[in-house]
Formats: sequence, C-alpha cells, structure tokens
Amino acid sequence: MSSIYEMDYNVGSRDFAAAGDASRSIKRTLQQIGVDTSVVRRIAIASYEAEMNIAIHSKGGKMHLAVNSDKVVVATEDFGPGIENVDLAMTEGWSTATDEIREMGFGAGMGLPNMKKCSDEFSIESSVPEGTRIKMIFKL
Amino acid sequence: MVIQMNNEYYHSVVLDKSKCKGCTTCLRNCPTQAIRVRNGKATIIKERCIDCGECIRVCPYHAKNAVTDKLDILKNYKYTVALPAPTTIAQFKKKISVNRILTALKDIGFDEVQEVAYGAEIVGEALKYELMEKDVKKPLISSACPAVVRMLQVRFPELIENLVHLESPMEVTARLVRKRLKEEKGLRDEEIGLVFITPCAAKATTIHSYIPWDNSHSSIDASISISEIYPEILDRIDKVQEEDLQHSTGRGLIWAHTGGESSFIAEKQIINVDGIHNVISVLEEIENGRLRELDFFEGLACIGGCVGGCLTVENTFIAKKRIMDRSLDRKAGDNDITDEMIKSAYESGFLDREGKIFPMPETPLDPNIKEAINKMETMDKIEKTLPGIDCGSCGAPGCRALAEDIVRGQASEVDCIFVLREAINELSKLMYDLSEKVVPVMKDKENEGNE
Repeated sequence: MSSIYEMDYNVGSRDFAAAGDASRSIKRTLQQIGVDTSVVRRIAIASYEAEMNIAIHSKGGKMHLAVNSDKVVVATEDFGPGIENVDLAMTEGWSTATDEIREMGFGAGMGLPNMKKCSDEFSIESSVPEGTRIKMIFKL
Repeated sequence: MVIQMNNEYYHSVVLDKSKCKGCTTCLRNCPTQAIRVRNGKATIIKERCIDCGECIRVCPYHAKNAVTDKLDILKNYKYTVALPAPTTIAQFKKKISVNRILTALKDIGFDEVQEVAYGAEIVGEALKYELMEKDVKKPLISSACPAVVRMLQVRFPELIENLVHLESPMEVTARLVRKRLKEEKGLRDEEIGLVFITPCAAKATTIHSYIPWDNSHSSIDASISISEIYPEILDRIDKVQEEDLQHSTGRGLIWAHTGGESSFIAEKQIINVDGIHNVISVLEEIENGRLRELDFFEGLACIGGCVGGCLTVENTFIAKKRIMDRSLDRKAGDNDITDEMIKSAYESGFLDREGKIFPMPETPLDPNIKEAINKMETMDKIEKTLPGIDCGSCGAPGCRALAEDIVRGQASEVDCIFVLREAINELSKLMYDLSEKVVPVMKDKENEGNE
C-alpha cells in the first residue's frame, strides 16, 4: 500500500484573521510526520507566501497538501482574477499590492520568486479572469 | 515528591501529587501541550516540557513547583558565592539600598555576593560586537531566556543558528567569579560553590543539566529560588551592618525586565516580546521570513520578563517599576566596566557559549515515515469522531491532542466521555434488543407457560 497523506485548506479573500492558519497547520503536520527540519522550514516559508498571496490578491482559494515518503506537494488554486503577465510577476520586486497591503508589511514583490526559490519544482499557470494554479514539489 | 531524572530531559518543574486535584488548568495553559492528566494527576511529557513555568503560575492548588536547592548545600563547599539575578533587587522597596539587600543576602551564610547584573552589563555591551560580525544570522535572537531557547530546540529548530553566541549573564558572572577565585585565592573548582538566586524554573534547569546547550557544563553549582531565600533576607535586612558590595549599574539591573537587553543596541531594528505565547507568535513570523529587516529579537517567556518569573514574590509590575526607578541611580561608567574591557573579553572568546545547541524536535508519530503518514491519516479520522470542544476531560489538552495520543498508543478512544457515552448508549440498545429475543429452544416452553 502506498502511503499518502492529503489535506485541503480553504483560504478566504482578505480574511487576515485566519490567513496563516493553513501554512501553520501544514508545518505542524510535517513536523509530526517527521520531515527533516530544513525541508519543513522551506515548505513553511513557501506555503505561507502562497497562502498570503491568495488572501491578499485573489477572490479566495484552496490549498492542497500531499505527503508521501519521497516528496511533499503543496498546490494552490484560486478563483481569480488571475495574473496578466506571469513572467513579470515572477520578477523580484514586482508587485501589484496596494499601499494598504504594503503598510501591513506584505507586497514587497518577493512572494512568487521566494516560493520558487524554496521549492525543488515550481510551476504556475494563470488565466484572466479564471484564476491561478501553483504547484510546488519538495523532495524528501 | 518524586523527581525522575535522566540526563536527556531533566526538568526542574515537578508536581506535588498530594496537592494536585487532577483539574485541567495546567493542561490548557501549557504552550507545548506537554501535560496530560493520568490517574487523576497531572504528568509531564519530558521531551516536550520547556520549563517555562506557566503551569506553576496557573495551578490554583500550587501543586506545581520547581526543584531548586536548599540552603544546606552551602556546607558542601569551602567557599560560597551568591549570584543574585537582577530581579532579586526588585523584590525590595527602593528605600532599602542595593548594598543593604546584598549584605543581608551574604549574611545568610555566603562568603561573597556577586550580582548577575554585572555580567548582564558585560553581555549587553558585547551584543553590538556580535551584531557587527559579517556572517551574523539576522534577526539575532536573544539566548537570555532558557525557556525560549528550549522552545526553539523543540519547535523552531531552524532558528537555532540565529541565537546569540554569547553566554547568558548568569554564566558570564559565574565564569568571572570562578576565574578570580582560582587565581586570587588559589581555590580548586570543587571547593567553590556558586549559587544562583533564580527567578524561574528554566534557569534552575539549565544549571542542573544544562539542556539548552546539552554538551557543555554550567559554571554554576546550584540554584536557590528567590521565593525561598526572600524571607531569609527579610529577617536580616534591618540588622546587618551595610557593606559596599554593589558592582552593578542601572544598565545591568534593567535586564530584569523586557527590553533591558535590547536597550544596549537601541539604535537597531528590534522587537522585544514577553509571555511565551506571544514569543511563539513572533517566532512564527520570523520563521515565515516576514521580518527580514529585523536586527534583534528579544523574547522572554514570562510576562514582564524575569521580574515575572514564577519563583519571585513581588507583583510583576511593581517589581518592574522598582527596577526602572533604581536604574536611574547608578549609570554606565559608575563601575569598572569599560569598552576596552568588553572588546577584549569579546575578542578573546571569554564570553562565548560553550558547546552547541542542538535541535530537539518532538518524536514523530512513527520512526518510519510511511507509518507516520498512515498514522497522520488515522489521527484525522479519529479527530472527526471526537466532539471538538477541547474539554480536557480525557486528560489531553484538546481533541486533536487526544487523537494524537491514540495513534501513539498512549490513550484510547473511550477516554473521551462523549465517545464513551455513545458507546454505552449503543450497548444498552443492543442489550435491550437482545433481552427481547428468545432462544429458539425455549420458544415452546414459554408458550406452554402462557397457556
């Protein structure tokens, strides 16, 4: 039997009170499964960035965690509005965040590049206005 | 009182079983979910306990306490020195001079008194040099609170390398005193008894097994709690002939409250936080990479900092006020500490922490990752069958914790009173149904009886 653990998390748009809960829960789960601490750290950072992206920029979305003995996959999916130019969005420092969001300490334009840096495999597809899907793979 | 000791996880927090009522107060307040109620008494999961003292503080029956040493240990040494934490001074009104407090402490039976506030001033001044190192990991995280260090080992192992590499004020003071006594008085290590007067359980723990940096050895030999020694000082405070014993200035004394340590590098980007739950929430932000511009993080487990230690006697905020008042009396430069002295002590490595701090992550659900994954799934399923009200009646701090205990083989589903009640309900229905049924061989006989 192949062992796989899967879990879904909802991320609300602009729900700053709950934003961060999903990545916190993901981190805790991986610690209890016994994933190496340095990998947990990378996943924690990447999933936190992903979760905040959904909360800040999208109309809400979902995160999906899948763990098996050789890899961890964190996938996200949101309900729009999508990213017009994905290549531009992947550039460090590029951001569409409003001043209000920047005031909160987010929106430095490091989210997507950071997620890519932290993960072993990173893919993103986006269409306007449907939404954005991201898949991050971390090897164990 | 039973104290179980093993080298790997020694804790000074203990339970007085005769006072424990088996209520769930400590269970709910433990930041690492290290407590379970078993057989009507609270028990501590050693690998999770960080000695923060929350349980000691919240126990309504005062059943939780910390093992510290008693005064009779003084007779084990030829020469004894009391090393009072800065908080010790805050237990007394400002009209009583620091010298008078120290003299009364010495009079209890010590050969000498040396304030930890003196070492605190040295460590504080040396912080700026560590921040100047080019390979320093930012934010630099204070290592002054052993409960926070332990929290990092258990829950934030990836942040261990951000910890300040200097020793704590208590260790630096002890090193200085030990070195001097050996050089000037020709004393051997085993003849010297350095006794820390401690505001908390966490510091008492580091002295005894030195868990935060588990491969090294403390320069301190014993610890006595402030609450234990307070009445002894009080008895002598009016009677002693005051001696000139103070070496500290206000700079060192303010380490007793939150922000004291940070004040040495006040021009930097700093966050200082107290209360273990607040510390955890900021550590999470640091771990998530949100505070990249931060230079220094001072996190202290007790509200108010060391003045809020669970082994002190005075109200935290009154104590803090007193420290602030006294800090104005003697300023930097009013003792023999100079910047050249700090610089050379820093560069010589005299202030460096001995040994490495290792991660001590909690045990995974299973040593085999495939099994751990399966158990995680089972755990989710079990959690769904539980009521989700986190009542604590099962002895675990919440439903998820019970589910975890079950997959770890340390609890059973019927430990939950709601699950148990449902099971009894079903059983009683089944019993009723069964009682209605008549065994086939008896059928005719029963009919006969009715005729």
